Amino acid sequence: MEFGFLVGSIVKILALLAYIYGILWVMAQPSRWVKAGGLIVAFGVVQLGLTKFGNFQILNSFDSGLLFQASAMTMVALGLNLIYGFNGQFSLGQWGFYGIGAYTAADITYRWVNGDARGLVVIAVGTILGAVILTGINKLLNQIRGVPVMSAFTLYLIGSIAAGYVAVMAGKLLFPVFQPLLGTNLEPGILATGIPLQVVFFLAVILAGVFAAEISFLLGVPVLTLGSDYFGIATLGFTIVVNVLMVNSDTILPFPEMKGGRGMVGIPKLTTWFWAFFFMIVVIVIMRNILRSSTGRAIMSVREDETAAKAMGIDIAGSKLMSFIIGSLFAGMGGAIYAHFIGFLSPGSFDFLVGFNPLIIVVFGGLGSMTGTIAASFGWLFFLEGLLRVLLGQMGTEAPTWRYVLYPLTLLLLMLIRPQGLLGTVEWGFLKAKEVLVRQKPKPASTDTPAVQA
Amino acid sequence: MQQVSTPSQTTLPLVKPHTRLAWVGQLFFIVLGLAVVYILGKNLISNPTLFANIFISGLQLGFVYAMIALGYTMVYGIVKLINFAHGDVFMVGAFVSFFAVTRFNLHQWPLAVFPSIPPMVGVVIGSISVIILSMLICIMLAVTIERVAYKPLRDAPRIAALITAIGVSFFLEYFGALNFVFSPRFIPYERPFEVVAWYIKGGIHQVVPGTQPPDGSITFSNILLIIMLASVLVQIFLQFLVKRTKIGVAMRAASYDKQAARLMGIDVDSVISFTFAIGAAFAGLGGVLYAIAYSSIWSQLGILPGLKAFVAAVLGGIGSIPGAFVGALIMGQAESMTMGYISTPMRDAVAFTILIIVLLIRPTGIFGEPEKEKA
Repeated sequence: MEFGFLVGSIVKILALLAYIYGILWVMAQPSRWVKAGGLIVAFGVVQLGLTKFGNFQILNSFDSGLLFQASAMTMVALGLNLIYGFNGQFSLGQWGFYGIGAYTAADITYRWVNGDARGLVVIAVGTILGAVILTGINKLLNQIRGVPVMSAFTLYLIGSIAAGYVAVMAGKLLFPVFQPLLGTNLEPGILATGIPLQVVFFLAVILAGVFAAEISFLLGVPVLTLGSDYFGIATLGFTIVVNVLMVNSDTILPFPEMKGGRGMVGIPKLTTWFWAFFFMIVVIVIMRNILRSSTGRAIMSVREDETAAKAMGIDIAGSKLMSFIIGSLFAGMGGAIYAHFIGFLSPGSFDFLVGFNPLIIVVFGGLGSMTGTIAASFGWLFFLEGLLRVLLGQMGTEAPTWRYVLYPLTLLLLMLIRPQGLLGTVEWGFLKAKEVLVRQKPKPASTDTPAVQA
Repeated sequence: MQQVSTPSQTTLPLVKPHTRLAWVGQLFFIVLGLAVVYILGKNLISNPTLFANIFISGLQLGFVYAMIALGYTMVYGIVKLINFAHGDVFMVGAFVSFFAVTRFNLHQWPLAVFPSIPPMVGVVIGSISVIILSMLICIMLAVTIERVAYKPLRDAPRIAALITAIGVSFFLEYFGALNFVFSPRFIPYERPFEVVAWYIKGGIHQVVPGTQPPDGSITFSNILLIIMLASVLVQIFLQFLVKRTKIGVAMRAASYDKQAARLMGIDVDSVISFTFAIGAAFAGLGGVLYAIAYSSIWSQLGILPGLKAFVAAVLGGIGSIPGAFVGALIMGQAESMTMGYISTPMRDAVAFTILIIVLLIRPTGIFGEPEKEKA
C-alpha cells in the first residue's frame, strides 16, 4: 500500500510538472487563440482529474489540497524571487505579507457571510484611498527632491492613517445599506450566496494583495535604505511583529472574530481549483511581463551592480521599492488563496520559522529563475509534504521535525556546491526572455526590392 | 593631457546633500521620544516600586543579552557575518548544563569526592565546573560550525554565507527538537544551587521560601547578582584580551583588513576560529545563567534572545565590545518596560522597532566608528 502510494505520488509529481511546463509551452505560442484555448484545456484537465467518477478520482482530496497550497506557495515564492532573486534584496518579510493577505481576505469574506459588510467596505475604501494618497505624496515628494527618508515615511504614515480613518467612517456609513441584502449566517441574503459571493471572494483576494502591497510600501520606504543583511534582519523583525499582532488580534487589535492565538475559524472555503489556477497564472503572467519591461530590466540591473545602474540613470530606490511592493502583492494574494482553502487560520502557521520555506524554495529553484521557482514550489509541496509524510509515517509525531532536519542540510549542501540554485537563471518557454538581436545594418534597398516601376 | 580622477577626500569639500522637510522626520522622532518619556514618567510617579522591580528584571535580561551580544559583535566585526547559529549555541549551552546537572549530578562532585569540605564551597565549585563544561562544549560546537559551514564560503557573496548561517541555525533547532536529543517540549530546569531572593522594605530581608514578599517591596535574587558579576567579569576579560594580548591585536588587525593582516604573518583563519570560540564560550556561560534564572528550557530557546542580542550589538555599534554591553542593557530595559507597561507579547516587537530606528538615525550605533570604505 505504501509502495503503491509512493509510485502514485511520483507519477503525480511528474505529471504536474509536465502539466505546468505544458501550460508554459502553450503560453509561448504566438497565436492568441492557441493561448486561450490551451489555458481552457489545461484548466479542464485538472478539473477532470479532481472530479469524482463513481469511486474513481485521479487527484483525491489530499492531492487537491496540496495543489491549492502549491499554487499559493508559487505566488509567495515568485514574489520573493522578484525581491531577492531578481532585485537582490534579501527579504525575510515575505511570510509576514502572506499572513497579512490571509487574514485580510479571511476577514472580508468571514464578515460578509456573517452579515457584516464593513470588512469589504473598509478595506476597499481604505486601500483605494490609501493608494491614491500614497501615490500623490510620492509624486509630490519626487518634485520637491531631497526629502530625508524619515520625513517621507512620516508623511506616508500620516496619509495612510487618514485614509484608514476615512475608510472606517465610510464603513459605518455604508453598513446599513448592505444589511438587508446580506442576511445572517443562517439565512444568507441575496449577496451572500452564489455568484455575488464569488465576486466578493475575487475582490477579497485582490484587495488583500493590494493591502499587503501598501503595508510593504510603508515598511519599504525606511527599511530598504538599510544595508543588505540589515534589511534581512529588519524584515525578519517585521514577520515577528506581524505574528505577535496576530496572536493578539483580539486584545491589542480590535478584531474579535480573529480570536487571537486560538485561531480564526469559520472562514468560507471558497478556493476552488479555478480560482487558485486563475490567480497563479495571473501572477506568473504579470511577473513575466514586468521582467520583460524596462522596469524589470531596471530591477535586474540593481541586482547586478548598483553603482553602474545608478550611472545609467536608473532610480535605485524606486526599483527596489517597486520589486518589494509587487512581491508583497503576490504574497498577499497567495495568502488569501491559502486562507480560503484551509478555512482556519492560526498564528502558528505564520511563525517566522515557517517563513523560511519560501526562501528555501527560491534558493532551490534558482535565484532569478521563474521556471525554477514554480517547479520547486510544486515539487517541494508534493515531495516533502506528501511523500515524506508517508515515508516517515512510521516515526509518528517526529516526522515533521525530521523534515526540518533534512531541509537545512540540503540547503547547506546546495550553498556549498551550487549557490545559484538548481536551475540557476535558466528559463524555459514562455518565461524565457526575448533574445536581444544584434542590430543589423539595413541592407541596400536596391537588391531587396525588385524594380517594380521599370 | 591625462585627466586622472582625483581622490575625492582630498580635493572635493564635503558637501552636505541638500535636504528639505527634514523637520517632519525629526518631529516624528521627538513625538515618539516624548511618548516614551511620558509613559515611563507617569508610571514612575504612580508606582515607584513596580518601576524599580521592572527595572531590576530588565537589568537581569540586559546582562544576559550582553553575554550573547559579545559573540555577535566580535564575529560580525571580523567576518561581517550575522551568525544566526549563535543563539542556538546559547541554547546548547543551557542544555549541556541541564544534562550535566540532572543526569550526571556534576554539580555535586566536590561533595562526593571530598565529603569534608563545607557545602557552600562544594556548590560553588560544582556550579563552576558545570559552567566550564558547557563553555567547552559550546566552543567545540562553534568551531566545528565555523570550519564546516562558514569557512568554505568565506569568499562567496555575503548573502550566501547568511543563508548558510540560517541553515545551521535551523539544523540545530530542529535536530535539538528530536526526541532522542532534547525533545520539542519545555523542560523544567533543575538548578545546581538554590535561588535566594531578598526584598527591600525598610532594610534588606530574605524572602522566606514558599512565601510572597510583602506588597510594595523591591525584590532581587542571587541569580541577578551572579549574572551581573559574570557579565562584568566577561567584559573586563575581553577588554584585556583585545587590548593587551597578542591574539587580541591579531583580532583587531584581522577585523581592520584581512588581506593586510595575512601579509603581516597573521594566521587569519585561526584568528577567526578563535573569535568564534570566544563568542561561543560566553554564549554557553550566558545559556547556563539564563536557564538558571528562568528555569525552563526548550530547543528553540535561543532564537529570540539571539536576535535581540544581535539588535543590542547593532544598537551599541557592531564590532565594539563596550557598545555591545551598553546596547544589551538598553535592550533589556526596553523589553522589560514594554512587558510591564504596554503588553507582554509586544516584547518581541519592540526589539526590531529599535533596530530600525537606530539604523535610520545612527547606522553605526552608539559606539560604532564610521565604516572604512574598502575597495
